[in-house]
This record gives sequence, C-alpha cells and structure tokens, in this order.
Amino acid sequence: MPKPFAPKVVTANALIEGDVVYLAADDAWVRDLAQAEILTDEAVAQVRLLEASARAHEAVGVYLADVAPGTTGPQPTHFREDFRRRGPSNYYHGKQASR
Amino acid sequence: MYRYTDFDTAFLAERNRQFRAQVERRISGALTEDEFKPLRLMNGLYLQLHAYMLRVAIPYGTLSSAQMRQLALLAEKWDKGYGHFTTRQNIQYNWPKLTDVPDMLDALAEVGLHAIQTSGNTIRNVTADHFAGAAADEVADPRPVAELLRQWSTDHPEFQFLPRKFKIAVTGAPNDRAVIKAHDIGIEVVRRGDEIGYRILVGGGLGRTPMIGKEIAAFVPQADLLPYVEAVVSVWNLLGRRDNKYKARIKITVHEHGIDEIRRLVEDRFVETRAAFNGADLEIFDHIRAQFAPPAFRNAPDDVYDAAYATDPVFRAWADTNLTAHKVPGYAIAQISLKAHGETPGDASAEQMRVLADLAERFGHDELRISHEQNVVLPHVHRSDLPKMHKILKAHGLATANIGRISDIIACPGMDYCALATARSIPIAQKIATRFDELKTEADIGELKIKISGCINACGHHHVGHIGILGLDRGGVETYQITLGGDATQDAALGDRTGPGFSYEDIVPAIERIVGAYLEQRESPEETFLQAYRRLGMAPFKAALYDTADAQSEAA
Repeated sequence: MPKPFAPKVVTANALIEGDVVYLAADDAWVRDLAQAEILTDEAVAQVRLLEASARAHEAVGVYLADVAPGTTGPQPTHFREDFRRRGPSNYYHGKQASR
Repeated sequence: MYRYTDFDTAFLAERNRQFRAQVERRISGALTEDEFKPLRLMNGLYLQLHAYMLRVAIPYGTLSSAQMRQLALLAEKWDKGYGHFTTRQNIQYNWPKLTDVPDMLDALAEVGLHAIQTSGNTIRNVTADHFAGAAADEVADPRPVAELLRQWSTDHPEFQFLPRKFKIAVTGAPNDRAVIKAHDIGIEVVRRGDEIGYRILVGGGLGRTPMIGKEIAAFVPQADLLPYVEAVVSVWNLLGRRDNKYKARIKITVHEHGIDEIRRLVEDRFVETRAAFNGADLEIFDHIRAQFAPPAFRNAPDDVYDAAYATDPVFRAWADTNLTAHKVPGYAIAQISLKAHGETPGDASAEQMRVLADLAERFGHDELRISHEQNVVLPHVHRSDLPKMHKILKAHGLATANIGRISDIIACPGMDYCALATARSIPIAQKIATRFDELKTEADIGELKIKISGCINACGHHHVGHIGILGLDRGGVETYQITLGGDATQDAALGDRTGPGFSYEDIVPAIERIVGAYLEQRESPEETFLQAYRRLGMAPFKAALYDTADAQSEAA
C-alpha cells in the first residue's frame, strides 16, 4: 500500500520582502497560513506547485509543505513550518508581530 | 587602520553599481532566481527563513568608530534596530528588503565596508586574532597580512568559482585566538632569527566532517606568502571534489590525498605562481603595514584604576573577567560582552553600537574589534579610563562580566533565522545563561566555553567547545547532541560525543548535570572544566548525564 498523501500547502518567500507567503485558492499570495489553500490531491498539488513556481517575479523557493487540516485552517506538522508561520523565538518580530 | 585608496573606492563603487543593476534586472524579470542567486551570494545577500539576510564583512574584525556608527545606521534605517555579530567576524542584518540592499551597500561603501565574498564559493572574509596589535604575546600584528590577503582574494579571477567556500584565518601570536586550526588555511606569523615569516596550516574545518588543520609549511618568507597561498588554493581548485558538495572542502582533499602529496603538488605549482609575482605585492604590503602603526600610547598614572578596583566590587568582577594584559604598560584590552544573561549572543542594538563607537573614540584610540566569540573588543584602553568607561557600559547593558564563563556562549542563528538550520540555537543559549545566572555558580565554575550550532555545518563551532551542543531534527523533533572536551586554541581538539541527544526541554538540565559532575570531581577550583575532562575522561560525565535519577526520569 502506498502511503496516503499528506495534505499540503504551496509556500515560498516573497521576492521583495523575503517573508513567508502561501498560495491561496484564488491564486493570491497570502501572509497567513490560515488563508492558504489545502491541497489533498497529489496530482492537483503538483499542478499548483508548477503554476506557483512559474511566478518567479513574485516568489522565491516555492515548495509544498505538509499541513494538517484544523479548525482555524491548515496547521503545520513540522516545527520548521511552525517557526516560518510565526517568526523567531528571541524577538517579537516577523509574522507574530504583524498579526 | 587601513584606509581605502582611490582604486579601492572606485572598485567598490563599480561593484555596487553592478549589483544595483542586477537587483533591478531580477525585479523586472530579466534575471531568473537561478541566475540571480550566485550574484546576490557574491555580494553577501542570503534568503533566510523569514527574510533576506545581508552579511557584511568586518575584515580581520577591525572597525573604526565611524564604521561602527554606520553599522548602527544600517540597523536603524533598513533593519529592526539591531545587528548580529558572527563567528567569522561579520555582521548580519536579518530583515532587509531586496530593494533596500543596494542603498545599504552604498552606505557601507561610504565608510570603506562591503559584503563582497561573504558568501558563495569564494575566498571569504579573512579573519584574525581580535587582540591583534595589542596582545602581549604577539610576534607581529597579523592584520597587515590579512589585509594583503583580502586585496589579493577580492575578485581574484581564478578563485570566483571554487569547488566550495574557502576560509583563511591569521594569528600573530603563538596563543591562537583565531581558531586557525579550524580553517581551510590557517596562518601563524612566526620569527626565524631576525626574519618574520609564516607557518601555514591547511585542511582544517568544522562542519559535517570536522578536521584539525595540518602543517604544510613551517616557514614561508614574506616574499613567498601570496604565491604560496595562491599555489595551495590553485591545487585544491583543480583537485577539489566538485562532484559532491559534502566532499568539496579542502579538508577532504587533504584527507583523501594526504598532506605529503598535497605539499608536493603545492610546491610544484608554487614554482609557477612564484614566477608570476613581480614584487608589486611586497610594495603593497609595506604600504599596508605602515597604516597599522600602533597608536600614540600615553604614559599616565593609573591609580584611579587601583582605587576603583579596591572599592567597587562590580567593577572588580568586570575587570577580573573582561580585561586582558596589553603589550604596553598602563594599558588593557577590554572585552565588551554581547552575552548579557538571557539576551541573544552576538546581538547589539543600534544604540549600543553608537555607545561602543563613542567609547572607542573617547578612550580607545578609535579602534574596535569584533571577536569570533561574538563579543566586541576595545583593544587599547588606558587603565585610568576603565572606571569611567565601565560606568557608561553599565548604563547601556554592556557591562556583563562573563568573558570566558559559562554564559559567554557562541551560538549560531539556528532555526530562528537560518534556512539551513535543523534546530534552534539562540533560545538554548539564552536558557543556559539565565539558568546559571540564577544558580549564581558562574564564578565558581570558572572558564568554560559552550558553543552551540543549529545544524551539522557548525557555524557555532560546537566541535571545539569545551561543551559543544549540536541541534538536529530527529523524526520531526528538535534534538540536541552534546560533545565534551573540544578546544579552539593552539591545542585544538574536537569534542567527543556523549551519547544519545536530549530534547529542547531536557538539554539545560543535562548541561547542569555535566557541570555538577565537574564541580564534584575537580581536584581544586583551579582545575578548569577542560583540564578535569582531560584527566577524568568521558565516564563520570556520561554517568551524570545518563545514569542519575534525573536522567532516568527524563527517559521515562
């Protein structure tokens, strides 16, 4: 049995600001993981990744990150993605400060 | 200090103009990220976890007060009001926008600073002993030769696409404070009779496969230095493993071919490089050296110092840990700790940078140093000025008396900033420092160097920490491995792994148990942690780590 496909979001860093962005269902880049589109089908995820990677003038380093669906939208399943959506732990900087 | 010539200024202006145009072409879409990335890396610009990061070189760790003020300006104008000093004597800005970076580089150029070759597969910022020109044990100031190497390596056409990055460090003293044995090339200034020359080590490095550098030449005369170093890099440039980036560093080349074979190849190549140098490098060296003349030291009474030392216990504690003997009587080398308990190691606010610049101007012959241990050094302070200086430091959170102590921790940015990191480093350093400050045992523990890296690349020098901590991702959980017995000095040694790692929650108690075992088993308070480890070996520390009731309850 192949492993079941873990849900994903498309994520990257914005070209100008360098901060973390996620792809929403309406093709906009959003700053908040809660607004990202959850991809539960592997084929669809690959297509969304290709489309997003083509937008090289907007975002850098596009990839698929694992998430788990939650009541407030997608939740990170790895600590790296948790830090990316929040900001550093030594200062109240980054996304946590702009909420 | 070295002053830029018209050539230097014009070179930097042209380079910054080129980078500005490259950024514009990236934004317009004329350059892809794949095309732009090597260009931005050549100019010190990374893309990290939350933002871009600009790494600015501080050549051989030396800054004037005007340069320090400009670093403060950058922090305030284009960052979040602070900068992070690194183990390679660089400063990193964690939050610039891509569109701001060309302006930042122009601002740096105004004071003779740049970010060239602070990244990429090139010869990186040349580092040096942070006590250069001040240390009592020095054969000669290592900075003129570091500057010569900087000029030679900057934009060197043969060395812009090396198999991997290449790091050079120089010490002018037999007591190595520049970790030269953990560099691709380590250079020690030595004397043979009346002649000054250079002992060359090669193939040191930390990272995935840590190696201690090996001697390739015991004495290279001044006239042969650049051609010899060029021969070393040239041999590696051809031989280095471009097929596998984990095997590309010169330490692997030396390991695979053996130091004797590398020496033979270098000596063959040296015949050619030597013939290509015409002596212009020696003229340039003399010109550089003249600019590193010692400042006009003054002769003054220092009874103010003695009085403060006798009556002010806070000053005395600071003087005992943060001052080092200067080669000139009446002077001291003052280390300003950027390791206030609970703060981020190596970070300084713009305000603190300005205070340090003012102090250097007022008391320190206008000179500052950044140490690889992520502290600031005022290398030439008259002892009579120290009490006044200490008062000002205290008022700005800069008077922490902990140099060389358990809270004077080296920590890389780790997963709070770095895209390569596998775990966090900074909060571990903060928690250890805070814990031992609460316990009030720092002074009793004495000299103990903890070094923390957030991944195998070892920017935090964990292999050569008396206690090294390496943060890893084990099955999606931050896990910290401990090594003991590392040494970053002339007696460089790699630490030994204790065994299984510890979780984020358990790493500080684990460090406490190691320190507890040391305090219990040392022969006297004079026996340092490292000496005790060398005498006792791993067993008692391993027992304290894994066999005690505390350890058992953690495992449960």
